[in-house]
Amino acid sequence: MNENIEQDLQKQLRKEAIRRNWNLFRQSKLGMIGLYIVIFFLFLALLQPFLFITGIWNKGVYDPVVGYEAIKDTLLVVECPKEYPTEKYESMKDCPGPGELNVKRLYLAPGVEVGDYYETFIQPAPPSSRHLLGTDSLGRDVFSQIMEGSQVAFVLGLLSATLGVGISTILGTIAAFFGGRVDAYLMRQSDLILMLPSLPLLFIISAFAELKVWHLAIVLGVLGGLGGSVITIKSQALQVKVKPFVDSARITGGSRWRIMFSHVLPNVAPLALLFMVFSVTGAIASESVLSFLGLLNIDMSWGIMIYLSQTDGFIFSGLEFWWLILPAGLAVTLLAGGFYLVGRGLDDVFNPRLRKR
Amino acid sequence: MSKEVLSVKNLNMHYETLSGDVHAVKDVSFSVKEGESFGLVGESGCGKTSVAMSLLQLQADNAKISSGSIQLDGVELVGMNESELRKVRWDGISIVFQGAMNAWNPVVKVGEQIREAIREHYPEKSKAENTEKIESLFKMVGLDAAVIDRFPHELSGGMKQRAIIALALSCDPKVVIADEPTTALDVVIQDQILNEIKKVQQLLGLSLIYISHDIAVIAEMTDQMAVMYAGSIVEIGPTEKVFSTPKHAYTRLLLESTPSVVGEKKKLRSLDGEPPSLINEIIGCSFSPRCPDPSSDCENPIKEMGLVEIEPGHFADNCCVDCG
Amino acid sequence: MKKNVIEVKNLEKYYEVSGGFFSRNKDIVKAVDDISFEIPFGESLGLVGQSGCGKTTTARALCLLDPKTGGDVKFYNNETENMQNIDNLEDEELKKFRRNIQMIFQDPYESLNPRWTIKDIILEPLNIHNIGDLQDREEAVVEILKTVGLTPASNYLPRYPHELSGGQRQRVSIARTLIMKPKFVVCDEPTSMLDVSIRISIMDLMLNLAKDLEVSYLYITHDLAVARYMCNRIAVMFNGKIVEIAETEELLNNPIHPYTKRLISSIPVPDPSYDRKVYDVNYDELDAIIAKHGTDNPMVDIGNEHYISTHDVKGLI
Ligand SMILES: Nc1ncnc2c1ncn2[C@@H]1O[C@H](COP(=O)(O)OP(=O)(O)OP(=O)(O)O)[C@@H](O)[C@H]1O
Ligand SMILES: Nc1ncnc2c1ncn2[C@@H]1O[C@H](COP(=O)(O)OP(=O)(O)OP(=O)(O)O)[C@@H](O)[C@H]1O
Ligand code: SF4
Ligand SMILES: [Mg+2]
Ligand SMILES: [Mg+2]
Repeated sequence: MNENIEQDLQKQLRKEAIRRNWNLFRQSKLGMIGLYIVIFFLFLALLQPFLFITGIWNKGVYDPVVGYEAIKDTLLVVECPKEYPTEKYESMKDCPGPGELNVKRLYLAPGVEVGDYYETFIQPAPPSSRHLLGTDSLGRDVFSQIMEGSQVAFVLGLLSATLGVGISTILGTIAAFFGGRVDAYLMRQSDLILMLPSLPLLFIISAFAELKVWHLAIVLGVLGGLGGSVITIKSQALQVKVKPFVDSARITGGSRWRIMFSHVLPNVAPLALLFMVFSVTGAIASESVLSFLGLLNIDMSWGIMIYLSQTDGFIFSGLEFWWLILPAGLAVTLLAGGFYLVGRGLDDVFNPRLRKR
Repeated sequence: MSKEVLSVKNLNMHYETLSGDVHAVKDVSFSVKEGESFGLVGESGCGKTSVAMSLLQLQADNAKISSGSIQLDGVELVGMNESELRKVRWDGISIVFQGAMNAWNPVVKVGEQIREAIREHYPEKSKAENTEKIESLFKMVGLDAAVIDRFPHELSGGMKQRAIIALALSCDPKVVIADEPTTALDVVIQDQILNEIKKVQQLLGLSLIYISHDIAVIAEMTDQMAVMYAGSIVEIGPTEKVFSTPKHAYTRLLLESTPSVVGEKKKLRSLDGEPPSLINEIIGCSFSPRCPDPSSDCENPIKEMGLVEIEPGHFADNCCVDCG
Repeated sequence: MKKNVIEVKNLEKYYEVSGGFFSRNKDIVKAVDDISFEIPFGESLGLVGQSGCGKTTTARALCLLDPKTGGDVKFYNNETENMQNIDNLEDEELKKFRRNIQMIFQDPYESLNPRWTIKDIILEPLNIHNIGDLQDREEAVVEILKTVGLTPASNYLPRYPHELSGGQRQRVSIARTLIMKPKFVVCDEPTSMLDVSIRISIMDLMLNLAKDLEVSYLYITHDLAVARYMCNRIAVMFNGKIVEIAETEELLNNPIHPYTKRLISSIPVPDPSYDRKVYDVNYDELDAIIAKHGTDNPMVDIGNEHYISTHDVKGLI
């Protein structure tokens, strides 16, 4: 009987606590914007498999890596004049006009004369109702690539953040608890890693090994975990360690490990969670930079999309091929920023001193 | 008879919060005469600081004074704009904030911080004049003149608190509010500070509003006192009268729950339960859920609440005048 | 002859503090300087004195939270029925000692782990010492909550500390302390952070429990009025030394040491008609007198088990 009351109350209290924290979070406008952004990309990430499974999208057409579809078009072959303006063209950039093709581009197709009609495929193709964000230079659907990219971003971000924060929480707590040499060693190590510029380090690693997504997640996680966050977590743990409830456990006879794991760790956890959310931002950004530089062995990601548009020479073509650059660039910025904003919102929940009544 | 310096009438103030309006000051009226000290006592959260902050119009951003009047020397403070208020603050009414001794800016010398406050109000005074003033203030509160050039962390808690009192006196206010000036301090230091405050008050003829949760301190420091419970004043009158013939059950409980080193050792009464939430409207006697000896008609909600005079100058909440 | 639960002889605790920011030499702070007292079963001793006089330091040394610099602390051992020195206790014996001594802290907001439920907090000592099976433990928790006046227990067990008021938290601290049925509890200003209105109920609770469970307290406070309410005897501490120790009423009615007089005279009296006389002492002079005498100052009994330290006796009796 009593048990039931207790459990009911427990459930009710937990619900209340969640509601209270949610209300606090909701007050932070930035946090909410971030949350909407993250949810939006999560939705995109989940939408793609759904579309494939239900058969709404055909794998052959829409697969972000091996899919292919090109739009057939018939163009009039023209020869551009040497001097402008002419009757037909005002200046150089008006030739070839719409529906026309410069004969010079056809030097590999002998036998085609000026005035002929030439059948060709448009790659990259601009957005259309079949391809909401157009296709890339290989005829692959950009929207599908964006979705694939969000999956990669989430997996990478969360994996590396969890790993990193796990490492730094445990090391930080140990440093705070055992002090002395253990502490000194861990602190020097994290100083060292803080000083190492991480991008060049990643370049070197990628030169020796083929980096896949989860390799990158581990490398980023370990680097983040051994780095500066250990110091912050340690200082938090030091504060917890001198609290009376820890003394109280000591008087009762609790062992060091017990105190560390059941009293100190849970009390640094909120800070760790905060770190985790912020480090997702870093991981997503690092991935794009590395991909953009062609240092990762990944089939598809937002960074790869930008990389491809660059190697194919579209990145400097102004906004003519915007769908190759803008969606991927925006996605990286938005999601990385979104996680950052969520972190800001969580900060309001965890840091009572910032709390408004 | 000395004249009234401060008069508060039917003051109502609430905080707007996520979970509803917190009515921290309900229909509070009292007045303070020249050179008199007035005590405000009550348990934590009953609204003492809220009253003090309203008097200075320094309440938090989410606080709203919904009605009432506060007159300082006949000048109405409610509704004044910020620049008018700034003139009144510090040289009209000043305050020793609760926990203020921890509010010193740690990187500026104590004397400099007081000088800044004076400069704000009397820009025409010279530096030498100000220094002289501060030295005399420090002497008044029992501090060495050398403290002027010290940083806050170089001072003990008691010294910091004395300096805060000097700061509150720096612009020659008519009324000084002291919000729990000794709460965080040791008994011996508390004793010294109380003596200092008493001395300064007599010397300068100040009106003092002394806020405390400790009824023993109120007994020593004040001529008039008010007992606050859940945002309202439940009993008000001359301190001796309130102590000798307490009328409200809450006042009696406060008196009977304070240990003393003199007199017979007596059994103390304890007060259980918690104060009511200030969000919901309270109908009838606000103390009734915790009252140890309610009489039969106490819970009758129809009875008009409000203070009634039970002897000259001594008022108690209507609900409780016949209970004791 | 009364049996003592704890005997403290010449307890010392020194701290090394660095002289200044740039200086390398260390100063020594004698936070507790050669104090002795004993507490009989079922009685409580009040330790009063100004801030910084070494009360908390004494408490922490007795509870083995910080190592002492010197002196002997002997604790009653149930099994051998003898007083046992608490230095160099072996693992098993240390554990037994830990079951018999507990501490209640000043700040009810900091002395309970904010991430644990009340149930886990009170269960912890039983878990650490592995007492009884799971069901026994849960029953014990419900029982002790009833004892400290938190009923119905099911209403409190799943809550977190921040969901309770200050007084309720301090009750939880007391429950946690008493669940091991200790013989001796050190209370470091357990009510000073609480609201006046609930102080008395916490003090009454502790008094009743002392009677029912035969617990002895070392009750630390700077308020003599509180000490009077709580303790049989009072020890007055000044600058790391005990200067006077006597039965409560004897001490209040017949204080000898100037510091004791000062302390008593500084307590405000809840009676507007009472004219409190302030007895002022020059601390520097007092310090000098004590320093001249060195640390070798056995207390003398002036009758009625009223002890004062010898340094002033000459001039004062
Ligand atoms: N800015 C604020 N927003 C919302 N509620 C507030 C705010 N400030 C105070 N309160 C609430 O108003 C009530 C009165 O608070 P106040 O600080 O005036 O009490 P107090 O009597 O000074 O208590 P204490 O003795 O603890 O200083 C309390 O319930 C408090 O929680
Ligand atoms: N860890 C420490 N290192 C150096 N000095 C210390 C340390 N802890 C305490 N002290 C010093 O020892 C002296 C006694 O301190 P203690 O905390 O025991 O005083 P207390 O009587 O409990 O005071 P309060 O009433 O303020 O709690 C003080 O002068 C203090 O500065
Ligand atoms: S009116 Fe009644 S219930 Fe209220 S305080 Fe007085 S006696 Fe108690
Ligand atoms: Mg206040
Ligand atoms: Mg202490």
